Amino acid sequence: MMNEPILQMKNLEVDFKTYAGTVKAVRNVSFDVYKGETLAIVGESGSGKSVTNQAIMKLLPQPPAIYAGGEILFGETNLLEKSEKQMEKIRGNEISMIFQDPMTSLNPTMKIGKQITEVMRKHTKISLGDAKKRALELMQLVGIPSPENRLNQYPHEFSGGMRQRVVIAIALAADPKLLIADEPTTALDVTIQAQILEVMKDIQKHSQTSIIFITHDLGVVANVADRVAVMYAGEIVEIGTVDDIFYNPQHPYTWGLLGSMPDMNADKKEELRTIPGSPPNLVHPPAGDAFAARNPHAMKIDFEKSPPMFEVAENHYAKTWRLHPDAPRTQIPEVIRNRYIQYNGGDQ
Amino acid sequence: MAEPILTVNNLKKHFGSKNNLVKAVDDVSFHVMPGETLGLVGESGCGKSTTGRTIINLYDKTGGEILFDGKNNDSLSKKEQKQFHQKLQMIFQDPYASLNPRMTVFEILEEGYDIHKLYKKKKERRQKIYELLESVGLNREHANRYPHEFSGGQRQRIGIARALSFDPKLIIADEPISALDVSIQAQVVNMMKNIQRERGLAYLFIAHDLSMVKYISDRIAVMYKGKIMEIGDASDLYDRPFHPYTKSLLSAVPQPDPHSEKERRRVGYDESMHGYNEDEELKLRDFGNSHLVYCSQKEYESWTV
Repeated sequence: MMNEPILQMKNLEVDFKTYAGTVKAVRNVSFDVYKGETLAIVGESGSGKSVTNQAIMKLLPQPPAIYAGGEILFGETNLLEKSEKQMEKIRGNEISMIFQDPMTSLNPTMKIGKQITEVMRKHTKISLGDAKKRALELMQLVGIPSPENRLNQYPHEFSGGMRQRVVIAIALAADPKLLIADEPTTALDVTIQAQILEVMKDIQKHSQTSIIFITHDLGVVANVADRVAVMYAGEIVEIGTVDDIFYNPQHPYTWGLLGSMPDMNADKKEELRTIPGSPPNLVHPPAGDAFAARNPHAMKIDFEKSPPMFEVAENHYAKTWRLHPDAPRTQIPEVIRNRYIQYNGGDQ
Repeated sequence: MAEPILTVNNLKKHFGSKNNLVKAVDDVSFHVMPGETLGLVGESGCGKSTTGRTIINLYDKTGGEILFDGKNNDSLSKKEQKQFHQKLQMIFQDPYASLNPRMTVFEILEEGYDIHKLYKKKKERRQKIYELLESVGLNREHANRYPHEFSGGQRQRIGIARALSFDPKLIIADEPISALDVSIQAQVVNMMKNIQRERGLAYLFIAHDLSMVKYISDRIAVMYKGKIMEIGDASDLYDRPFHPYTKSLLSAVPQPDPHSEKERRRVGYDESMHGYNEDEELKLRDFGNSHLVYCSQKEYESWTV
């Protein structure tokens, strides 16, 4: 499964200039995306997950955004050095994006067929007839019934789930190498969400497209992801395979996230675990571990020095001092330990 | 057994004209007991929000009756109507949109007392509002701030404080946590449960997040196209769903567990699968343990085997 990465993000820093000061929205973020895999990025609102991905597409208006450091290698080239003209050739062609709200990403005054063929006609020399044929194929692929009729309809004639399918068809029109999906199912009902996730997985099997899937729904992550990156306060605090993150999480913030979601078997009499407090102000990011103030297990060093990424296992890293060889063994919360025992059999 | 705090009988709410009639709520009946939480779930457009809004009189109902605290909503005196509006409150989904941005938190919480002419003494009123803020985990310093100075979770707390200001007996919570982050959702849900325990109030909890609904509800009603398909004890309904729509809905919920996700098989639902004849009577039938399912006599017989 691990082959050559198609995207390498190295030490990305994104700042926003505001009246209140400079907000350090993305702080030293690095990750790779491999061919044909789905990398899920999870985190609360304001954790920098959307900004990180908008940086890949260079969609952030400058000012107020500033790409303050790092590089985003797509193949051989650094996307941050591309001009706006050059980016236009990449957007929608080699990298495409799906947004949360399908109604705002479609043009309400343009027929669906035109919206799908437009992308192909922009990026490739294709005749209108061939483009239409391809549009029909795409609509079939994403599961839109009777595409011949639907081609000539407007977005308002589609339901929410069908609109999101159209958006996916547009995103796939130019056969992208990388698809960035920013909360693509958050606005949809569970039954529709399940269908859309199935469509995305099917397409990936066919075309080996890599997907970056941004979401805050851990159920969705468990369903779609091969690997997971957990973001907090503009940093990646833990990254690993989906099994690493769900059954052997190491960062206290990951524990907090997993613990605060009731699963269907949750005991009602027990209180839901919450993460006390709220995320730090990123105008003045804390000196040490950004999560220290909300972490009941925090040590002295957590408030003083930012931890590096420690390797837990191959491809599993976490940014917390508790993994330092000299750190005292912290008590892993019972819910989390149970997850480990349940699926790995045995104690840790 | 105690009397229900809310009884809804054959409630109907239709929109549109004769030629384009939308039966948003179509013959819905249920009750809520004092101190209990009834979860109302379904997909968007199934009529769950309309049901809540019709109960609290935001919409005029088309038919049926609503009994609150034993009294029929249609035959209330002026005084009883005021009582009704105090003891039945609502929390909305979007905490941004449901607070007036030009008013301080104090003014927002005070407004209801102005309207109902309560706590007229300044000192008494201030005391009451500080208590409200503290009961939702905020403090008195927050009273003089404006809504934009708060995070989403805090704003929802203000909405809850406002709903609590008249010591209500029932709160209709319309997707109160859908707009919040996971970790904040847990804080708000824990708080709502604590408040319920302390004050013994009942919730009608409208939501589409089925795991959270199961966690918070004592009983659950599943709605589809304006009708209740299935209603029963929360764990009973999840463990032993009868109606194919309930089964389909439950099978669509992704669990935060990659191993079970690989095994999960989604079942679809299509109304035509019932193959009802025109002369068959469809209604809620009792499957035991107050677990009711909307079905025909034939289905009832085959499902109970």
